Amino acid sequence: MRKNTLPLSTRVLRFVLPPMIFFLLFLGGWDLAVKWFEIPAYLLPGPKPVFQSAVANGRVLALASLLTAAAAAAGFLVSVVIGLIVAFLFSQSAWIQRAGYPYAMFFQTVPVVAIAPLIVIWFGSDFRSIVITSAIVGLFPIITTGTAGLTNLDRNMVELFDLNNASRWQKLWKLRFPNSIPYLVAGAKTSSGLSVVGAIIGEFFAGFGQQRYGLGYLIFQANAALKTDLMVAATIASTLLGLLIFGVVGLAGHLALRRWHHSAH
Amino acid sequence: MTGLTVADSSKMEDSYLVADGVSLEFASGVRALEGFNLTIRTGDFLSIVGPSGCGKSTFLRLVAGLLKPTSGTVTGGGVDGFAARKRERRIAFVFQQPTLLPWRTVERNVCLPLELRGGWNRQTRGKVAEVLELVGLSEFARAYPHELSGGMQMRASLARALVTDPDLLLLDEPFAALDDITRQRLNSELLSLWERVRFTALFVTHNVGEAVYLSHRVAVMSARPGRLVADHAIPFTFPRQAEIRSTPDFAALVGRVATSLGEASQ
Ligand SMILES: Nc1ncnc2c1ncn2[C@@H]1O[C@H](COP(=O)(O)OP(=O)(O)O)[C@@H](O)[C@H]1O
Ligand SMILES: [Mg+2]
Repeated sequence: MRKNTLPLSTRVLRFVLPPMIFFLLFLGGWDLAVKWFEIPAYLLPGPKPVFQSAVANGRVLALASLLTAAAAAAGFLVSVVIGLIVAFLFSQSAWIQRAGYPYAMFFQTVPVVAIAPLIVIWFGSDFRSIVITSAIVGLFPIITTGTAGLTNLDRNMVELFDLNNASRWQKLWKLRFPNSIPYLVAGAKTSSGLSVVGAIIGEFFAGFGQQRYGLGYLIFQANAALKTDLMVAATIASTLLGLLIFGVVGLAGHLALRRWHHSAH
Repeated sequence: MTGLTVADSSKMEDSYLVADGVSLEFASGVRALEGFNLTIRTGDFLSIVGPSGCGKSTFLRLVAGLLKPTSGTVTGGGVDGFAARKRERRIAFVFQQPTLLPWRTVERNVCLPLELRGGWNRQTRGKVAEVLELVGLSEFARAYPHELSGGMQMRASLARALVTDPDLLLLDEPFAALDDITRQRLNSELLSLWERVRFTALFVTHNVGEAVYLSHRVAVMSARPGRLVADHAIPFTFPRQAEIRSTPDFAALVGRVATSLGEASQ
C-alpha cells in the first residue's frame, strides 16, 4: 500500500523543474550558436530578438493562440466523439472491424497538407474547416486505442461474466467500457498533441483575408514577410499550446485512473 | 453453454457431478481430454493433480458450462433444477489469478456476481459484508485491488465466489502464484471455510501436499489427452488440523500421490 506522502506542489515541481532547466540550457545553446556561427537574423534570430518580437506582437500572438487553442480543443473533442463511435462499432463485430479498418487507416496515412485545401473548398475558409483538419489528424489514435480497450479483455474476466449470466449489455457497461479507459487515456494524450498540429495546418489554408486568425496563419504571414523572429515566436507559442493541451488531457486521465490504475502511481 | 444436464435417476443419489467418457478436441486439433470419467459426491472436496497442459483447466471449464464436450457428458444432479436453467446455476469459479476488476473496490468486486444476476439489494449488501467477514477482509472493503497483497487479493476472489452461495466451487490452481507461507495459510482458511459452508469443491493444483491436505480424494490425470489414471482416497477426518502435515501418515500419502503423478507424466 504505497501512499504518496509528498505535497502536491513538490510533486508538480518534480515534473516541471527538469524540463524548465532543459529549456534554459537550450536557450543558452541557441544564443551561443547564433553568435558563434554569425547566423543572419533572417535565417535564425537569437532568442533575444524572438522574445522582443513576441512582446511587441503580444496582442496578436495571444489572440492567435487563443483561436488556435479553441480550434484544437474543438477538433480534439470531435475526434474523441467520432473515434469512440467508430471504436464501439469495431468492437461489436470482427466483420465490421475488418471492413472498416482500411478506411480508418486513411486518417492515419492521408497527407493532411494535401487535403486541407479540399476541406477549405468544401466547408469554407473559416473556423469549421480548421476544426475538421484538426479532428482528422487526431482521429486515428482514438479509434485504435478505443478498439483495443474494448476488445482486449482478460479471458478469465469474460468467463466470470459468462458464469454469472451477464447480458451483452452488462458486459459492455461493466467490463468493456471500464477496461478501455486506460487505453483511451493513452490515445487521447497522443491525439491531443496532434490536434494542435492539425489546427495549424488547417490555418495555413483557411484564415486568409480574415480579421481574426490563428497561429498557423500568423506563421504563414510572418514567413511571407520574412519576419523570422515573429515566425519563431509563433512556432514556440504553438509548441507551448500543444504541451498545454497535452498536459490538461494527461492530468484528466491521471485523475480518472488514479484510484485503480497501477501505472498512474 | 449449459455444460450440465440434470442427472438421470439411475445415477447414484449423492453423486453431485458425473463426467462420463468426456472428450474434448479444440478447433485447433488439440485433444485436451479423452474418455475422462470422474464422479464427485455432494459436499466432497476433490482435488485434481496432473502434468501441466493435461486438460485440468479445460475440465473445470466443461463443468462450469463454459465449454462443450466433443463427446461424452458432464451431468450434475443432487440439487433441484441445477443447471437446467442457467439462472439457477450455482457454480462459482476461482481462477489462478485473482481476476478482480481494478476499477472496483473489493466490496464492489465481491458484489459483482449478485449485480449481474440481478439480485443487488439491501439483503445482498448484508451478504457481501458477511463473506468479506468470512475471509477476513472487512477492513478492506473500500480498498482497491492494487492496494492489497497477493494473498488478500485471492481472499477477495474467494469471497466473490462465495457470495452467491454456490453448491459447487471450482478452483483452478488458486494459490499457485502465492509464496509458500501465504499458500499454507490460505489452505487452512479454505479448509475452515469449507467446513463451515460445505460446498462441493473441485480443486486443481500442482502441489501434491496441498491436494492431500485439503481433500477427501485426489484424482491424478495423465498427460494430454487427459484421462483419469489414479484416484487416491485421503482417510484423514475433518476438521483437519494444520499439524497433520508433519505426520508420517501424511508424508506417506503425499509420496504415493506423487509417485502416481510421476508415472502419469511420462
Ligand atoms: N481455447 C483453446 N484452444 C486451443 N487449445 C487450447 C485451448 N485451451 C487450452 N488448450 C490446450 O489444451 C491443452 C490443455 O489445456 P489446459 O486445460 O489449460 O491444461 P492444464 O490446465 O492442465 O495445464 C493444452 O495443450 C492447451 O494448450
Ligand atoms: Mg490450467
